[in-house]
Amino acid sequence: MNPIRNISRRTFIKSVGLASGGLILACNTSVFSDKEKDENIDLANFNPNLFVQLNSDGSLILIASRSEMGNGVRTSLTSVIADEMDADWTKVIVQQAVGDAKYGDQNTDGSRSVRYLYEPMRKMGAMARAMLITAAAQSWKVPVTECTAENHYVLHSSGKKIAYGDLVEIAKTLEVPTEITYKNPKDFKYIGKKLRGVDVEEYANGSAIFGLDKRLPNMKFAAMQRCPVTFGTVKSFDKTAALKVLGVIDVIEIPRIEKPFGTLGGIAVIASNTWAAFKGKETLKIEWNFGDNATYDSEKYMKQITENVHKQGKVGKDVGNVNKAFKNAYKIVESTYQLPHLAHAPMEVPNAVAWVQGDSCEVWAPTQDPQSARKEVADYLETPEDKVTINVTFLGGGFGRKSKPDYVVEAVAISKAINAPVQIVWTREDDIKHGYYHTVSSQYLKASLDKQGNVTGWLNRFALPSIASTFSPGVDYPAGFEISSAANVPFDIKNMKVEVGQSPAHVRIGWLRSVINIPHGFSQNVFADELAVAAGKDPLEFRLNLIGEDRIEETEDPIKYNTARLKNVLKLAAKNANWGKPLPEGHAYGLSVHYSFYSYVASVVEISMIDNKLKVHNVYTVIDCGQTVNRDTIKAQMEGAAIFGMSLAFYGKITSKNGAIEQSNYSDYKMIRMNEIPKVHVEIVESTEIPTGVGEPCVPVIAPAIINAIFKLTGKRYYNLPLSDYGLV
Amino acid sequence: MITLQINGEKHQIDVAPEMPLLWAIRDIVGLTGTKYGCGIGVCGSCKVLLDNSPVQSCMIPVSAAEGKKIVTIEGVSENLQLLQASWTALNVPQCGFCQPGQLIAATALLDKNSNPTDEEINEAMIGNICRCGTYQRIKNAIHRTVELKNQG
Repeated sequence: MNPIRNISRRTFIKSVGLASGGLILACNTSVFSDKEKDENIDLANFNPNLFVQLNSDGSLILIASRSEMGNGVRTSLTSVIADEMDADWTKVIVQQAVGDAKYGDQNTDGSRSVRYLYEPMRKMGAMARAMLITAAAQSWKVPVTECTAENHYVLHSSGKKIAYGDLVEIAKTLEVPTEITYKNPKDFKYIGKKLRGVDVEEYANGSAIFGLDKRLPNMKFAAMQRCPVTFGTVKSFDKTAALKVLGVIDVIEIPRIEKPFGTLGGIAVIASNTWAAFKGKETLKIEWNFGDNATYDSEKYMKQITENVHKQGKVGKDVGNVNKAFKNAYKIVESTYQLPHLAHAPMEVPNAVAWVQGDSCEVWAPTQDPQSARKEVADYLETPEDKVTINVTFLGGGFGRKSKPDYVVEAVAISKAINAPVQIVWTREDDIKHGYYHTVSSQYLKASLDKQGNVTGWLNRFALPSIASTFSPGVDYPAGFEISSAANVPFDIKNMKVEVGQSPAHVRIGWLRSVINIPHGFSQNVFADELAVAAGKDPLEFRLNLIGEDRIEETEDPIKYNTARLKNVLKLAAKNANWGKPLPEGHAYGLSVHYSFYSYVASVVEISMIDNKLKVHNVYTVIDCGQTVNRDTIKAQMEGAAIFGMSLAFYGKITSKNGAIEQSNYSDYKMIRMNEIPKVHVEIVESTEIPTGVGEPCVPVIAPAIINAIFKLTGKRYYNLPLSDYGLV
Repeated sequence: MITLQINGEKHQIDVAPEMPLLWAIRDIVGLTGTKYGCGIGVCGSCKVLLDNSPVQSCMIPVSAAEGKKIVTIEGVSENLQLLQASWTALNVPQCGFCQPGQLIAATALLDKNSNPTDEEINEAMIGNICRCGTYQRIKNAIHRTVELKNQG
């Protein structure tokens, strides 16, 4: 028996017709406005707004409410609807939603698109199927119970069948059902299978329209010079030379807007093409008021926050009695880890097209969060949000950078000033030098072992400028959400303390793919490896013991942490890598395991070192992310995360001197390239649990696994990243 | 006036001779498949074929491209279309932004080497960054294209 869901509590509206005359279903329901509440969402009660439009020719338009940035979301979410609807996937046309609260939360961030929308999308599909079956039953004058749906047809027990498209006229007249029935998961055709991305051909033939590719008649191009020091402002500027550049039309000042996603401010050069705007920008002569952040020196800052973690901090968690455990220890291990700032550096730089006309504005932008863009634009123009349209283009990568619509507001400010449509284009240098950086961190970990090698006490004291500082200037300690991933370390340790040290921010701090799990996943996994060595045990055996007995942790989260699932992925990764079996001479394994975005991930890496140069040969990653939707997307994300994790381990480092970022482009902020890639072997655990994160959780395991492998091979422990600082890559 | 021959079509454009070919293609001619990634010739997103050689179009002044045959991602070439089919079949792209440059680099490789080894692929593709990390699939798609061609 399939589960019956009562949906009568929800307010469904059905609108008929629109442009194409098809059947359009929409459920118009409440939307989460409070982001904090959003974090503790009750999945069963989440009310989406998503359109299903079936046309009489059988073509089926499904709306993707989330942004496509390589996450495969336009395919995964729509395939869930199509599956529950028993639709023919080849008849599906995916249409991108504009930014509008009626679609529910559209912020494509936090690895939660499928987690939040799996159930709602099933409902949308099941509702449509139910109505089509009712329509067929009416036209045949037979009981609904004698009808079933299959691949875009309704079938009757007598053998006759009718195409979905032929049911549009009747279905349009029906009331939306108050009860719907889900398919039995064993009958899924698309969910949990492999589907090719719906946009892959457009990507391959160059016709996909990214933000940078948007063109409007009479559109101008703009580039902007921003202050090298975060939050510095323009004192004076000379535009004479810029105006002489062929193609430059105008030079204007854009003031800073003191909001988390406000413009940094600076001088904008408007031109008839991008290159002229870039050239004009180079010739600007600007005097700046650098402001308070001009003293930011990241090397000195690292020393300062490291001092702060070597003295008592503010207590974030205190369970049992750590001091007593340390006092009675057979062995004490302590280490300090230092990780630098990182930049997102998506292949497509921040950019946006805006056209302000009177009190209205239309935007085309690669944004992860079109509703936040809409709000910022409406605020800037002092106009109601319904006067602002945010069209979401393809994103050439996001990684968290494009959740922050500062660049959209810049385009709007310029369009308003020049009274024309305009595209703002950041240079790569702008992108590297004016980002929302991943935090810089210092972490001090100390643990006690008993005679048997069990961990009896664990102290984690860390300092890092908080993401909260971007929203509340002056915040100078890590925030609760940054403490929790250290406090909820998935180990069974009776005496545990987490403290945080002072760490004010001097640049805009943002979230970058896997966020706080980068520093915490690193320190926890490297430290656990050190403890295994100190205990004289195999790292795999030691880690399984550290995770402890099978148990489900009682936390405030709606989804509970299950140690059995964590141990399972670790065992599978070890099995896939043949952990414990001899490797070629000069090769070694390292492992790590981490729970984040409610998913369980373990990686084993195999490395070698020749002439002190590191080579990663194989990465074996296993994820348990509950019910899967598109297994090929998950595989691709795991492959990509291994490369993303290697890039940050090998090269990732943003530094500041006199408040200015020292790196400028892919030449000095390097990425892994084709010649450096390992073979990435992935396994995705089959599960019927709630679907959880995929895009981010496979990143934080990579760097610590590499560090642990280097130790295994060479006996040398590296505590800081990137490895290029040690000449290893 | 400068005349560019792109994908078999002639385009007369009135721009500064030092304008990089990339911006002439994107902003003047209006073919947006060729991408801006770094502007300094280190990421490969802007690759086009210039008289059959892969070049970073952000580094070539438009005057140097005059009179030469330019092929972009929108263009026609046997290997390009075969590679595009493999890219699609193996679901290579994630965000897709770097893929035009990757495909042009791979086309240039197969144009001169009908059966490249892994090392030769690395050498040909080292100039192209993919931030999403699709390298393994790119490599597989190149091998698949070669295999299909060899099967005739």
